[in-house]
Amino acid sequence: MKKRFGVFLLILVILMSVPLIGACNSEKSSTDSKGKVTITYWQYTFPQKVDEIKSLIAKFEKENPNIKVVAQDFPYDQYNQKIAAAMHAQKGPDIMNLYYGWLPQYVEKGYIQPIPEDFMSVKDIESYYIPMIQSSKIDGKYYGLPTAVRSLALFWNKDMFKAAGLDPEKPPKTWDELIADAKKMTKVKSNGQYEREGFAWNVNGQGYHTFEEVLLRQWGVEPFSEDGKKVQWDTPEGLEAFKYWINMTKKEKIGDETFMQEYNTAFRAGKAGMMIDGSFSIAATKEAAKFDWGVTTLPVKEEGGLESNFGSYWTNSIAKGVKGKKLEACEKFLKFLISEDTQKEWLEKVGELPAAASLSNDPSITKDPIYGPFLNGLKSAHATLFVDETKERASIDNAVKKIILQNAPIDKTFKQLVKEQQEIRDEYYRN
Amino acid sequence: MIYIERPFIKGGWQVTHVPITTGKTFKTKTPLKLKTKRTLVAYTFLTVPVLFFLCVRIFPTLYAFSLSFKAQGISGFTVINYEELFKDSAFWRSVLNTFLYVIITVPLQMAFGLFIALGIERIHHLKWFYRIIYFLPYITSTVAVSWVWRLMYDKNTGLLNHILSWFHIPPQGWLGDPKEALISVSIVMIWQAMGFSMLIFMAGLQAIPRQFYEAAQIDGASKWKMFWHITFPLLNPTIVFLAVTGVISALQTFTQIQNLTASSGGVAGGPLNSTSSMVVYMFNNAFTDFNMEYASAVTVTLFILILLVTLIQLRVLNRSYEY
Repeated sequence: MKKRFGVFLLILVILMSVPLIGACNSEKSSTDSKGKVTITYWQYTFPQKVDEIKSLIAKFEKENPNIKVVAQDFPYDQYNQKIAAAMHAQKGPDIMNLYYGWLPQYVEKGYIQPIPEDFMSVKDIESYYIPMIQSSKIDGKYYGLPTAVRSLALFWNKDMFKAAGLDPEKPPKTWDELIADAKKMTKVKSNGQYEREGFAWNVNGQGYHTFEEVLLRQWGVEPFSEDGKKVQWDTPEGLEAFKYWINMTKKEKIGDETFMQEYNTAFRAGKAGMMIDGSFSIAATKEAAKFDWGVTTLPVKEEGGLESNFGSYWTNSIAKGVKGKKLEACEKFLKFLISEDTQKEWLEKVGELPAAASLSNDPSITKDPIYGPFLNGLKSAHATLFVDETKERASIDNAVKKIILQNAPIDKTFKQLVKEQQEIRDEYYRN
Repeated sequence: MIYIERPFIKGGWQVTHVPITTGKTFKTKTPLKLKTKRTLVAYTFLTVPVLFFLCVRIFPTLYAFSLSFKAQGISGFTVINYEELFKDSAFWRSVLNTFLYVIITVPLQMAFGLFIALGIERIHHLKWFYRIIYFLPYITSTVAVSWVWRLMYDKNTGLLNHILSWFHIPPQGWLGDPKEALISVSIVMIWQAMGFSMLIFMAGLQAIPRQFYEAAQIDGASKWKMFWHITFPLLNPTIVFLAVTGVISALQTFTQIQNLTASSGGVAGGPLNSTSSMVVYMFNNAFTDFNMEYASAVTVTLFILILLVTLIQLRVLNRSYEY
């Protein structure tokens, strides 16, 4: 009797699982009864971007009544996790907003497809955009198109400059000046605790970009070889630049990475005299800062010396497997997202700079006291050819922690760091 | 007429008919149809949770097992993930940390829990108040707790360093110092879990018959002796329960570490892997490096570890005491 019921149970389970398994694998239907195509757009939660996309979608849907765009956003910390999990469950978005540094990993994992040739050829892309975006070309193809690009600039707190007896309208022009000014603003208690820092020094924010693309280049080192396969820091000049960068916090003590949890929190709270950040930080700084502040171009090694900047951008990529009517809809939406009109609106609402070559010399932007320095910085900007942005950053972060927390010798740690960076690249290009 | 069903008696299902209102005796019919129907209903109801369980637990578990024997760019099954795992120093650091979490947190949270439970047993007024106070951390969201502690641990602006400065003790790095970070995370875990231990111990203490203590008192036993010879042995089932659940949750620690050590730029487990546990390591591999196969191998290792530890614990701790 018991046996029979066991068999019965088994059959029941199998019978009931069949529709369930079917449901698991069935694709989301792309068109509803009226022939309306629905596509999903994913981005991470950056309030200004989320609002802007919402209003852009409303505009787009009005122009294209047959397409419905569902926008979803997730916190930055979970964004990659979310996409990875959704892609494995075949529940991912059709079009997604990705940091350009992630693209190699996304291509390798097969999450995204190249921009269709018949939609926009490689040549079209390269003539439409400023040259900086060529750093996201993978095997001769582009896997995403940006709406906007960002560069770095130096934010300074005029009130803190004044309080320290500095001229609030004269931000530092060279790194040596930056250190000298910062020292005057830094306030450290007798037990070594920071009360205020002169410069919001950090690794994980824009710090390591500043080191790789600004300091190294100004010290005469091309950070990576043309094809991105070789790490070229391991020269006496490279070590010199690294020492200079590390000693800002280690020896000169003008700032501490852990102060106030995040570098930009410290600046916005009026506890840091200067910070290096991207144009995307403008809106939040405007909102939070209760003091007078300004923005200027990044310092150089010596006056009149080489200017350099780090450029970065978020691209819009189409998921692998999207085809037919859905792909058409995605292309239309993408075209709308990268249009010059959208780019101008994007600058105003989000604070990111236009990526189109035609807009890079627009005087209405270059003359702006806040956007101007960023757009000017774009002229000397380099976008790092990342192969695995997360790993590369973690490796630098660990090296710096070893030096600061465990007093590891700088030159040895630097050698080890370059080796690690090379290994990350070797591993990627081997596949 | 009432049916009393007793499932799984030797002969299978059995239905006993008990007459209550009338004195007449009933002939036992063969209610096969009814029986079948009732069991059918029972199984149908059971199928739903079974299916659910299969879908969200068993299937993903088996999937993770099979995934751990695959690798990117290699077709078919391979043990390459396990080979790499064996050579991976960050993985071994995580294993060591995981054991340290178990060794540090489990005994301490139980000791504090027992200590508080014994204290609350003693007092007569405001018992409920102390119970709530000590139990509150356990029911508070771990994320919130972790963030409050994170701010208290802050090197420059945190409360703890401020208190230390009153006693002229130099500020500590806490979570920022690779040497202190693991202890700092453990403190949060202990603080949160001891309320739970306390509650279970209080239930355990109440289950001990008073007569034992009275008898011991008459025999002139000291308080200390009474504790070691009556209370402690009779709490054994409670201790086993708390040890097993405590070890399992310590082996799986994730939320505290993630919220205490990860920042928008850096992954959890820092500085320099000093707080990374196996689950955190697995998470980082799966969701920041997207190496699901490798992460699955970590998961399988963790599964085996938990299984072994639990079996050993049940063996060692589950001795019965007879009085």
